[in-house]
Amino acid sequence: MTATRDPTIPPPRRLKPWSAVEKGLARVGITGRMLVLAAPVLWLLVFFLVPLAVVFGISLANKQFGRPPYTPLLTSEEGTVQLTLHLNNYIRLFTDNLYVAAYLSSIRIAALATIITLIVGYPMAYAIARAPDRWRNILLMLVILPFFTSFLLRVYALTGFMRGNGVINQFLGLFGIEPIVMMQTDFAVYVGIVYTYLPFMILPLYTTLVKLDVSLFEASADLGARPVHTFLFVTLPLSIPGIIAGSMLVFIPAIGEFVIPSLLGGPETLMIGRVLWDEFFTNTNWPRAAAVAVAMLLVVVVPIMLLQRAQGAVVEK
Amino acid sequence: MKRGWFLPIAAALGFSFLYAPIVSLVIFSFNESRLVTVWSGFSTQWYGELFRDPQMLGAAWLSLQIAALSATIALVLGTLAAVALVRFRRFRGRTLFSGMVSAPLVMPDVITGLSLLLLFVAMESLLGWPQGRGMMTIIIAHATFCTAYVCVVVQSRLSDFDRSLEEAAMDLGASPVRTFFDVTLPIIAPALVSGWLLGFTLSLDDLVIASFVSGPGSSTLPMVIFSKVRLGVSPDVNALATIIIGIVALGVLAATVIQLRSKPKTSAP
Repeated sequence: MTATRDPTIPPPRRLKPWSAVEKGLARVGITGRMLVLAAPVLWLLVFFLVPLAVVFGISLANKQFGRPPYTPLLTSEEGTVQLTLHLNNYIRLFTDNLYVAAYLSSIRIAALATIITLIVGYPMAYAIARAPDRWRNILLMLVILPFFTSFLLRVYALTGFMRGNGVINQFLGLFGIEPIVMMQTDFAVYVGIVYTYLPFMILPLYTTLVKLDVSLFEASADLGARPVHTFLFVTLPLSIPGIIAGSMLVFIPAIGEFVIPSLLGGPETLMIGRVLWDEFFTNTNWPRAAAVAVAMLLVVVVPIMLLQRAQGAVVEK
Repeated sequence: MKRGWFLPIAAALGFSFLYAPIVSLVIFSFNESRLVTVWSGFSTQWYGELFRDPQMLGAAWLSLQIAALSATIALVLGTLAAVALVRFRRFRGRTLFSGMVSAPLVMPDVITGLSLLLLFVAMESLLGWPQGRGMMTIIIAHATFCTAYVCVVVQSRLSDFDRSLEEAAMDLGASPVRTFFDVTLPIIAPALVSGWLLGFTLSLDDLVIASFVSGPGSSTLPMVIFSKVRLGVSPDVNALATIIIGIVALGVLAATVIQLRSKPKTSAP
């Protein structure tokens, strides 16, 4: 006889299969935590940390013709293993003017572009943070939207804007102003970095600014401070974590930028990301490219650590 | 508080700077002339040309597949990493782990691309896997940096929701796993959706890393666009950009609406 089950009564609980599995695993010393951590830890070790070690290893090899196009670090001959390390890639980095100049100019371009982005982005972030509630989400969405739109296509959009017969020059032409050469100059590279990385600056700044207590500004104003003073002595110091986080989010990727200098910059725009690219794709000198990457990593390590600390401060406040 | 004129004007200028090039790109995609910057009449011929270009279509299909798969892998890994970082207060190697999770966010693309390529080459000669490079290696590379983005998004959602809900479920006898699937997952679902979408768009957008780790015959959409754009402006790229921008705008709009609706109405004033 089969009884139809009353649908209003929930079916009886089955034995929880997970708890049995869990107990079994716990007996061999595997906890739930380990299972959660296992996949991301393994993945990031194999595909993030180990590759960086491989880069370091290959930077100590020499270029050779063949597959792979570098000399092996370890060779075994009649039972003895020999380790061969070449330092000439690093020596070239310091003696060849091309590399030194490329590093210095990357740092200069990235730093100056970061400062300009901060100057452009700070008032925008502040305006959004102080905007009425119903406006705020729309404005934030307008900041995030370009961030989701293709980076490459945004750089391409700038080329249409700045070229010789582009929108800006046509606009200037209406007033009888001669066309200005903007493309393939360092100026275009600065515009490109500011344009594409602006959302990265605005979002952390907004996050710190929106959390500031309005009563602090009122107190400052009540005590007779002019708005400029309130800004300089209250708002600005309190938003330093946001400034650092935003600046590092622009500065670090800008140093290694490849797309912007190659589409907007001229032949004399020297940036290290482009040098690495050419070393790898044009000269197929993999060990040299690896050495350039290691040196670039050393340049960005301190900014990355600064970013880590600033992000902690932005999130926790 | 008195509202000055400076902030609104600065914001307006900033937003026009952000949007003017995009708007002009969209307008000129409907231009008749091949000259991308001189208006000569309305036309949709570049859209037609785009859909008749087999190289473009093939690359677009490849990119969409790569983006969907790598975003899905990243969703799983990033969520696990976020749960570990937010819920497990202390564990050995936590600093290293959180560093490994967030470093790909800012790592210059050329370094990520080169390092993964060298890893794949070394692995192939040592282990015989992966054989050659192509779709698979691009998926692995994209999943790695997308994991970092998913983790950030999920982490912020996990850290601002009410833990007493989870505690209640466990007090009622649910195992941690069951609590996660029945209580935690539905609450963080919007973050999972936006994390996946973020990973999808970032993968679709990547030029540099894919250039390093792709093999012959596996050119992604950005690689095809880049080689076209490098030679000069081409109006069919404008058409493609307009389509992508349209889809992204709709997607972001939808995501914003979902996020706003599902915001837990806590912290009453």
